[in-house]
Amino acid sequence: MKNDIILAGVGGQGILSIAAAIGLAAVNSNMYIKQAEVHGMSQRGGDVQSHLRISDKPIASDLIPAGKADMIISVEPMEGLRYLPFLGENGWLVTNITPFNNIPDYPEADALMAKIKEVKNHIAIDADALAKEAGSSRASNIVMLGAASLFLDIPFEKIEEGIRQLFGRKGDEIVELNLKALRMGREFSEKNR
Amino acid sequence: MSNNKLLLLGDEAIAQGAIDGGLSGVYAYPGTPSTEIMEYVQGSKQAAELNIHRQWSANEKTAMEAAIGMSYAGKRAMVCFKHVGLNVAADAFINASITGVNGGLIVVSADDPSMHSSQNEQDSRFYGKFSMIPILEPANQQEAYDMAYFGFELSERLNVPVLLRITTRLAHSRSGVQRKTIKPQNELRLPSDPRQFVLLPSIARKNYKKLLVSQTAMELEAEKSAFNELIEGTDKSMGIITTGIAYNYLIENYPEHKCPYPVLKIGQYPIPRKQVEELYNSCDKLLILEEGYPIVEEMLKGYLNVGKPILGRLDGTLPRDGELNPNIVAKALGMEVVEGQPVPDVVKNRPPSLCQGCGHRDVYADLNEALKEYGTGRVFSDIGCYTLGALPPFNAINSCVDMGASITMAKGAADAGLVPAVAVIGDSTFTHSGMTGLLDAVIENSPITVIISDNSTTGMTGGQHSSATGRIVDICKGIGVHPDHIRVVTPLRKNHEENVKIIKEELAYNGVSVIIPQRECIQTFARRKKAEKKQANK
Ligand code: SF4
Repeated sequence: MKNDIILAGVGGQGILSIAAAIGLAAVNSNMYIKQAEVHGMSQRGGDVQSHLRISDKPIASDLIPAGKADMIISVEPMEGLRYLPFLGENGWLVTNITPFNNIPDYPEADALMAKIKEVKNHIAIDADALAKEAGSSRASNIVMLGAASLFLDIPFEKIEEGIRQLFGRKGDEIVELNLKALRMGREFSEKNR
Repeated sequence: MSNNKLLLLGDEAIAQGAIDGGLSGVYAYPGTPSTEIMEYVQGSKQAAELNIHRQWSANEKTAMEAAIGMSYAGKRAMVCFKHVGLNVAADAFINASITGVNGGLIVVSADDPSMHSSQNEQDSRFYGKFSMIPILEPANQQEAYDMAYFGFELSERLNVPVLLRITTRLAHSRSGVQRKTIKPQNELRLPSDPRQFVLLPSIARKNYKKLLVSQTAMELEAEKSAFNELIEGTDKSMGIITTGIAYNYLIENYPEHKCPYPVLKIGQYPIPRKQVEELYNSCDKLLILEEGYPIVEEMLKGYLNVGKPILGRLDGTLPRDGELNPNIVAKALGMEVVEGQPVPDVVKNRPPSLCQGCGHRDVYADLNEALKEYGTGRVFSDIGCYTLGALPPFNAINSCVDMGASITMAKGAADAGLVPAVAVIGDSTFTHSGMTGLLDAVIENSPITVIISDNSTTGMTGGQHSSATGRIVDICKGIGVHPDHIRVVTPLRKNHEENVKIIKEELAYNGVSVIIPQRECIQTFARRKKAEKKQANK
């Protein structure tokens, strides 16, 4: 098996935590992993992406070839669309619908939704609302991870374990909150796939 | 993959490899994509226990020289910066190949093809060749670790520094890395030849001859290096040479990663002549895949391009610039490339910008206002977060050339008659290479206004320690700026009127003035507050 995932968002939105959680889950499942990410200049409110590859066989390239990604996880609706050239024919676009608007010409919500709906396999989720419901809007990236987890070849328990590892130092309360956010995202995908 | 592996960025793998390989000190100046090497060593408990030196230097040249000093004393040292940092360190770097080493010395230069975060995409391998020392170029995180680990030995054996060249993609990509047993640090030990490090012409000439003679040894090392591998292939219509990470992009395109063509995978230079000849003689043509400049390609092709075809970046088989990727390589192999859907028109560019609430924003608002009466085109900037002032809504700066160039360019423009001329430089960049330029200006009392936008950190690369913190006023006084024309201000909206007035006064002054807007970077400020709160709750 292999999962080639593009993580998309804006600097500071927490896509690297999603990558870290999946990474931990993959390592705990004895899988190979490569994860390429962007640092530096582009992080000042610019678009950022990470290529995350997990597989049961050794992985060659740190970059996912165009047209071969199994999934795009985007924590913001416009950024997911930016990487469509990477998405394979049967790949999933899993995206948050709450925009991150820090530019003057940010597109209309309807125009974005229309394009998202044109993608054959897509999940569009209001992760910010669900995260608030779970207890903190800051967990919206974990809601996204939960929503995406349905399409990953990693057992859900391993992802939960990854979350525990990732947030363990911050105390039980934070761990529980993020686990709740994770499960809410997962449920949304189960209902809306 | 077994669980006892560490999951590391390429940069982190280099750091861990060096620590395990007997490192005693690392010297560096932050710069994307090299920053995480030093940060990893600074955060490492093991490094703390081993008492490894790990403080940022004022610039790449001081870092390089300190590393040479540590090597002189017999210990293993590593120096790290980005490719353009090697330009700053070049003087010491080139000469280090003539002094040779005592303790092993690894110079890490992180190149940035495609200029993700840089002014150019120069290829550090040229410097390695220029300096006539071995170059190591990892293809993956494990090799990055291994090369740092073995690099010290190689350096000591050949008595020269070793250049470890990495590119952005590998520097910032994470994968599993298997560690080796930890080697002890070297004992303090002076060079056996007391004149080795004295580059007076007569001695340098001798050392240089030694360096020339040892080229053969370097080539032999490369030919038997485990980092250079000739991989069999059945289809001899073409042979492929890859360097560094390019190998990954090649085999990505084949099922089970089995390329039908014979491949020479190069990870250690000088280019291993024996293997290259073997490949050349057994194949009809060669394809060269290398990240960066077409260095190997140019060498093999030669000026007259006689003999078999050699394909690569020079003949357009691959693009001349930019980073490689699996698709570019697939096209070069004549494979069809499928792409997903195009990017919809609704997707807009999202350029980086100064953080909301950043002090540089207020500095530019003040400066733009104060310069209104003079018109645009007089502001020379430097390199840091504040370079983003070039973009809307500020459109406030007119240059960004290299670290330190703001003050010296403003001086040159003032010499030409552009008065007033303004330089904008950050606190870290000022100590990196602005101070000497300011001295030039002071000596001639050039009519320039220097704005040292002081946020008490190296903001662009994520908030590393800045050597200038708390010292800028004293440094300017010491350099000889008249104290009446050193003006410290606080860049806040409520001070706008007052700050504009101060800037206008100094623009009108016919000599060197320095304005120091002081307000901590909000990113480091927030982190500091959080840490303080945590400390208080303990
Ligand atoms: S990181 Fe600091 S210096 Fe850089 S833009 Fe943000 S607030 Fe300003």
